[in-house]
Amino acid sequence: MPNTFAIPPPSRRSVTKRGWALLGLIFATAIYMTLTASPSAAVQPTGTEQSSAATVSIIYVREDRDRLPPLSLLEFPPPNEGYDGAKLAVSDNNTTGRFLNQKFTLGTIIGLRGDELIKNVVEEAKAGIGFFVVDVTDETLLALSDALKDLPAVIFNAGSSTQRLREDDCRLNVKHTAASYAMLTDALAQYLAWKQWRKLVLVSGPKPEDKRYAESLKRSAKRFGLKILAEKEFVYTAGSRRADGGFEQVQKQIPTFTQEFPEYDVLLVADEANQFGEYFPFRTWIPRPVAGTHGLVPRAWHPASELWGATQFQNRFGRLSGRTMRDLDYAAWMAVRSIGEAATRTGSTEPKKLIDYMLSPKFELAAFKGQKLTYRTWNAQLRQPIFVTAPNLHVTVSPQVGFLHKKTVLDTMGVDQPETTCQAFK
Amino acid sequence: MKAISKSLLAALIATAGVSLATLPAHAFRAFVSNEKDNTISVIDTDTNKVIKTMKVGQRPRGILLDKSRGWLLVCASDDNRVEVYDSTTYEFIKNLPSGPDPELFELHPSGNPLYIANEDDNIVTVVDMDKGTILAEVPVGVEPEGMAVSPDGKIVINTSETTNMAHFISSETHKTFANVLVDNRPRVAQFTSDGKILWVTAEIGGTISIIDVETQKIIHKITFEIPGINADAIQPVGLRINKDDTKAFVALGPANRIAVINAKTYEVEKYILVGQRVWNLAFTPDEKKILTTNGVSNDVTVIDVKKERAFKSIGVGRYPWGVVIADK
Repeated sequence: MPNTFAIPPPSRRSVTKRGWALLGLIFATAIYMTLTASPSAAVQPTGTEQSSAATVSIIYVREDRDRLPPLSLLEFPPPNEGYDGAKLAVSDNNTTGRFLNQKFTLGTIIGLRGDELIKNVVEEAKAGIGFFVVDVTDETLLALSDALKDLPAVIFNAGSSTQRLREDDCRLNVKHTAASYAMLTDALAQYLAWKQWRKLVLVSGPKPEDKRYAESLKRSAKRFGLKILAEKEFVYTAGSRRADGGFEQVQKQIPTFTQEFPEYDVLLVADEANQFGEYFPFRTWIPRPVAGTHGLVPRAWHPASELWGATQFQNRFGRLSGRTMRDLDYAAWMAVRSIGEAATRTGSTEPKKLIDYMLSPKFELAAFKGQKLTYRTWNAQLRQPIFVTAPNLHVTVSPQVGFLHKKTVLDTMGVDQPETTCQAFK
Repeated sequence: MKAISKSLLAALIATAGVSLATLPAHAFRAFVSNEKDNTISVIDTDTNKVIKTMKVGQRPRGILLDKSRGWLLVCASDDNRVEVYDSTTYEFIKNLPSGPDPELFELHPSGNPLYIANEDDNIVTVVDMDKGTILAEVPVGVEPEGMAVSPDGKIVINTSETTNMAHFISSETHKTFANVLVDNRPRVAQFTSDGKILWVTAEIGGTISIIDVETQKIIHKITFEIPGINADAIQPVGLRINKDDTKAFVALGPANRIAVINAKTYEVEKYILVGQRVWNLAFTPDEKKILTTNGVSNDVTVIDVKKERAFKSIGVGRYPWGVVIADK
């Protein structure tokens, strides 16, 4: 069954301003279509076409999930989020592959859940496919990893930042191109330390992912000498996302909610579910910046970054997808590029060889972050500089100047080797 | 009011003309492209002073001199064109077609054609300098960047930043005949004067590949180590080899240093501290000085080649990127 994505045809020339507006319109329409249509299972195998070039087959896997819609219309995930990043990387890999007689294909397993999803992936792995770029729940990721244990296959986690997947529940056949919560909150904490904004208060939501983010913020605060003076949970009942005139109540509610906090420099908010964090900037009792999941946000990618030669990268993505690049797209791009880089360097398309090469110290990836990116040997997390961002532009990039490390300054962010609880790679 | 400002302008132009005419005959002039300012700073390398700031197209990066025609060529990346200026009067002459997003280019030793790397389009565009027409488009790897032409004019080299190759292109057939895999994000390529060896810097890989041109094989890799500087920050970019192929000078990006390399043994002999994020560099024609463009500190460092020491820093525009130096 073919997948049902609407992908605008790639155009060779840059998209004009009017073009972007038009694409935006198409994209907005697409959102509403996906919201109203129930997602249908779409499994598209990578095909068995014969060609003289040796082929590396990769499958993008996305699990169907029930999620509450975000507060802002601008925050709805685009229908092909993640997949488009993988698609761009396959195209980049193929441009290089032309010179080496290597070909890369991208299939999809999309719209399934749990066991059914795992069954489909295992079937593909048994058929010889070695690479799966996944955006699935943590539970499915672990089950999938166990199911693939004895096959020459590797999973790239592009969608989850959960720390335990890199620590107690780390797996030998899982690599993480998504930045971990620890990396993200450490990046933010380093900047707050650099600014000498050390007095913090924390507002977290009730969802498990909110709690995970809040825990990570607390760990980072401690690590970089910041003080969390007070904490509060923001309780909400999931109701209608929109209500006409909703701002009047919020405008009164947030100042009252933050009134009892002691004097602080920055209010941290942990709302991974995207249900209330957007209410806090500009509404706090005292005029202070907001940071965390909203306000000043640490991210692996910024759609407006033109640092380190990223302009052409952003342009290529815009032409391919008709939109700007999000973190998930970037993580998927890095996963597929890692495979391409391994194939280029080894001159091989054999999954086993490529997997071994990616684990070796020789592996390095250029990914528009101004330095080589490598996988941590103790948990297979891709090290990377992290953007600390406002909506339209980055504010800074961490690690901050002055935070030193004997191996690489990138290891000042995230769980470092002496602290890791991951056993799988020992 | 208008008349006054006009006459004032005329006076200024006259003064500029006079000061230009009074330059000593041996003074060299360096042209520095300021990526963020859309300007070219012209430096008198005797006095080490900026004598002129030229307004050019958007995002000027690659810059070169066509000595036979007395032209200064500028890649105006965001305007998708190559602009041609008179290198003595600084007057605009014409635009050349370039293909989208031109970044770096190189001229055939005969003065024609021009080879342009189109970073956004995975091609090298070949342009006839006189007719201003596109002769060929050569498909290369992802994000073409560095360009070099062999001294005999037979081989054109392009480096592709995301494909990580040095592509060997025949200047007769306009086809690639070899693709040499180098380290991550190759930037600048240069032939030795005898045309036998090709040097390619890799910014993210942190190395220089020394390639035997005849066999297209890597015969050596130069690596760098600077006490107190994180290995990730050592990023070789711009590269110049002297005329007798004995010494190479390499800009190391955020390591803020120029490496001095013995071009026979490939040993790194010295690191010279310069401005921040050093991109590119150029010899004066007498090879007595080197000027480096320092992107983050908005200045140019002048190095005494014999003493291998930086002795002067010249403020230019924002994000200085490329540099070329004219004979007179």
